[in-house]
Amino acid sequence: MGMRHRLLTRSGLYAVLAVFVLFAAFPFLWMIITMFKADTDLYSPGNNPFLFNDPPTLKHIDLLFNDTAYKTFLLNSVLVGMAVVAITLALSFPAAYSLARLSGRWGEPLGIAIFLVYLVPPTLLFIPLSRVVANLGLQDSLWSLILVYPSFTVPFSTWLLMGFLKSLPRDIEEQALVDGYSRIGAIFRTVMPLALPGILTIIVFSFTLSMHEFIYALAFVSVSDHKTISVGVPTELVRGDVFFWQSLMAAAVIVAIPVAVVYSFFLDRLVAGFTLGAVKG
Amino acid sequence: MKLTEAPARIRSFQVPYVLDREGLLGVAMLLPAVVYIVALVGFPLVLAIVYSLSDVTIGNQTIDFVGFRNFDAVIHDATFQKALKNTFIITVVSQALVLVLAKILALALSADFRGKAIVRFLILLPWTTPIALGAIGWLWMLDSTFSPIDWVLREVHLLGPGTLLGPDRNLVWLGRPNLAMASVIMVHTWRLLPLATVIMLAGLASIPQDIRDAAAVDGAGFWRQLFQITIPLMYPIMAIAVLFGIVFTFTDMTVVYILTRGGPVDSTQVLASWAFYKGIQGGDLAQGAAIALFLFPVLVGVAVLMLIFARRREIA
Repeated sequence: MGMRHRLLTRSGLYAVLAVFVLFAAFPFLWMIITMFKADTDLYSPGNNPFLFNDPPTLKHIDLLFNDTAYKTFLLNSVLVGMAVVAITLALSFPAAYSLARLSGRWGEPLGIAIFLVYLVPPTLLFIPLSRVVANLGLQDSLWSLILVYPSFTVPFSTWLLMGFLKSLPRDIEEQALVDGYSRIGAIFRTVMPLALPGILTIIVFSFTLSMHEFIYALAFVSVSDHKTISVGVPTELVRGDVFFWQSLMAAAVIVAIPVAVVYSFFLDRLVAGFTLGAVKG
Repeated sequence: MKLTEAPARIRSFQVPYVLDREGLLGVAMLLPAVVYIVALVGFPLVLAIVYSLSDVTIGNQTIDFVGFRNFDAVIHDATFQKALKNTFIITVVSQALVLVLAKILALALSADFRGKAIVRFLILLPWTTPIALGAIGWLWMLDSTFSPIDWVLREVHLLGPGTLLGPDRNLVWLGRPNLAMASVIMVHTWRLLPLATVIMLAGLASIPQDIRDAAAVDGAGFWRQLFQITIPLMYPIMAIAVLFGIVFTFTDMTVVYILTRGGPVDSTQVLASWAFYKGIQGGDLAQGAAIALFLFPVLVGVAVLMLIFARRREIA
């Protein structure tokens, strides 16, 4: 009886998981199948769409890399991502340290205030920001995105790092101060190395969020050469009303899978930030 | 004796001085981030309000104040009313679904089973993928002729001549108002389910094992434990998961922009996309800003609730 009951709940568990995995991953399976299909196979409504009725082909991936601006989009996304990571680190690490160690009782409420800024969405700001960007002469330039993206990466990163730094023991840096290092020296010598996991998390977070961003990129950049992945793929790989589905799917999958792999490793720490649990350290 | 006394004296003499410098250093380290945020979030937010009260357009950028005329015009516009309603429907329905599904999925994932890492990775994919690219995948999934969902429905004889879902070969998901709304809701649910699930998993992990053990010893079964222990203890963190979901769904325009462009005939238009079409593509910055500002009260409400629940969680 007990055995049977356990077996039943076991198969129930697998059934539930299978349904959820199917729901979550099915679009990706469909995208991966599509990207290798020959035109004649893909566009025959009678065909089983999940099978290769004609031999799979790499033609459309080849087309994507050699006949479209895809490589440019990739490069633009990486450039923007790296610049945003640099700005985010330069701004949020000192701010987080200040809030965690130097701001006394003001640290926590200020930290929460900065976190709440993360809730102000791009859709509320893109109209005025589009004029700010235009007046700075940055319209259609990658610099517009490099300037604006830290406005959402800095608040969350500061919050996340603040929680992380609070969880580090004070003794080590105090020892360094006693040993004659300046505060800044102590930060570089002792805090930075210990905070490395936190720093890595915000690097990944800032980079992936820059990759994800759509609205600012759509509103600020309209020349093909300066589009990022997220806007370039859905707007430029479609000619008029003609969708190049295989190439489109390849374009999406090639970015999505690596980003997802990296993101997954750091997810638990991001969740700690989302649940506001970071305060408790 | 002297050696130990002397530094102590110097220290006590220096404390206020050092504190002062530390305070200054603290401000200096905090200031760049604060200035950046004020310049690129605070200032545009104020500018959005100024725009909404003016007659500014992309063509004529001098700001003349016109009072609440934009809000008046916006509110009486049928498309806006539709967008407002749709935004609420999409948010409420998708987040209700996310709440229930995430709860089930989190319970399932908290069990031990083989292949957990790969299952977790697959389930997280919708959240970790850039939404514009995920939405492109869905656009092809919901294609009017080649949708694999339609194909499966035809294979099991639910779609096609003489079947339940009608004589057509395709449902044309994005071409009919109700189905298009359902599609948008489905994609939002798909995208936010992983986030809510991992937040709830973190909540589940934080319930002390001895409480569960005690309940089990007292003879509480699975359902009783679920409703009398797990859900009450997880209530604050579930609320936070939902609040994030609300922010991300309520303010999103990417899904609608890519799937339907707000169509067919504005039937899936939302506040964010309508603000984009008016403000950026239509060039009416003032009305665009006014439309986007309708997002603000809900966001303030969410922020307040989040603080309340976060505090409750700390007490718990």
